[in-house]
Amino acid sequence: MKLVTVAGPPSCGKTSVIARTCGHLAQAGLACAVIKFDCLQSRDGELYKAAGVPVSVVFSGGLCPDHFFATNLEEAFAWAESTGADCCVIETAGLCNRCSPHLRGVLGVCVIDNLMGIDAPEKIGPMLRMADLVVVTKGDLVSQAEREVYRYRIRQMNKRAVIRNVNGLTGQGCLDLAAILKEAPAVEGVTEMKLRFSMPAAVCSYCLSETRIGSRYQKGNVKKAHFGARHDG
Amino acid sequence: MTGENAILSLRSMTLTAGRDKSGRPEAQGVDFRAGEVTALLGPTGAGKSRFLSDIESLAAADTPTGRTLLLDGAAPTPDERFALQGRLVAQLTQNMNFVLDMKVMDFLRTHALSREAQDPDAVARQVFEAANELAGEPFGPDVQLTQLSGGQSRALMIADTALLSWSPVLLIDEIENAGVDKRRALELLVKSDKIVVMATHDPVLALSAHRRLVIRHGAVQAVLARTDEEQAVLARLRQMEEEISGYRTKLRAGEALA
Repeated sequence: MKLVTVAGPPSCGKTSVIARTCGHLAQAGLACAVIKFDCLQSRDGELYKAAGVPVSVVFSGGLCPDHFFATNLEEAFAWAESTGADCCVIETAGLCNRCSPHLRGVLGVCVIDNLMGIDAPEKIGPMLRMADLVVVTKGDLVSQAEREVYRYRIRQMNKRAVIRNVNGLTGQGCLDLAAILKEAPAVEGVTEMKLRFSMPAAVCSYCLSETRIGSRYQKGNVKKAHFGARHDG
Repeated sequence: MTGENAILSLRSMTLTAGRDKSGRPEAQGVDFRAGEVTALLGPTGAGKSRFLSDIESLAAADTPTGRTLLLDGAAPTPDERFALQGRLVAQLTQNMNFVLDMKVMDFLRTHALSREAQDPDAVARQVFEAANELAGEPFGPDVQLTQLSGGQSRALMIADTALLSWSPVLLIDEIENAGVDKRRALELLVKSDKIVVMATHDPVLALSAHRRLVIRHGAVQAVLARTDEEQAVLARLRQMEEEISGYRTKLRAGEALA
């Protein structure tokens, strides 16, 4: 089964783009199944169902979404296999921007939109830097010059990725995207695979539901920041 | 990145027939030749912007109209299509305002860099000055893009398209709504070796073009060339426009009309 990871900030158009692309893949004889890793809530399941794509939506709730993703990947892959899909697409809700869900040996896609601000490509971090394919949406809402400047900033962050402009609403560009996904490598399973970027370490008292502020409540892996020299005034 | 900015030459372009809004086949496709200005006419919502967008996106039967764009007679391969993204077409849309959080000069310099201009600072300055000549109200180099007025934004976009975004195809969507001098804007934009396609409701602009495409219900209905009679009408309209513009200038300056 082929495997693709898709990440991107909230409301950038990931689900629309993937659902349409899966439609093109289905027409080409390649059935997809989607697993959506989200944090709190999502109506994306309905969107995929409406597009006729088998989908499973799971929520991290109180857990670090990145850890939740990594610890559930084998089961997610197995579920996609059980649907008889040829291509498993894993959509994450951008996680927390500290991480990247992309795996070595698996096609990694990052979706961002043209309205996010000129420093967004920098802020999005490893999920953009580590991607093989960067999909840029909402280009119809900005000028051509802005699209070009934005693309340039993406290129500065990621020198090797393929960059494509796609319109999630009209589906323009999704056929192209399907052609790329069709070339995604097939994998036997995800066990023993490696993430392209390490997860954040934690396990402190707040991980264990501590809510009080104060040094005396902080146990475990605690990092103290340096806030610069005392302000003279 | 090498190659992404190579200058591209194009002799002809064809948009094949697609489907109208009811899914019925379009009667005819359209051929475009370099050096030719084509006006797109039709009521609002008829499908002019969609026609332009089919060209801009190098449609490959994957847009709602089902049209395909051919370059010099052939459909680009997926790889060529990708390589051409953002290079084939320079376009001026109806989007009047910028959304990026950058200062004018930083933006122009970055755009020049992205186009691999030889002297980014010089090109940026050139665009900035041309934009200020077009805009009614001048603006400074350190203004945020988002703070420009509609007319200023549009003037900046026009100058940027004309002087920085060299592409063989130029698409213009209703430049008469830009709040800038449309004739000066067109002079800046229309270079003889480009394919120019312009959606417009303006009679002077429509008649200035070499030919007119009439769009209805999402499809091309007719392709018309300017007749000798229309040539005479155009001259008369231009005269009327000059007269109106003279009154406008006087009124703006607070003068009474005699």
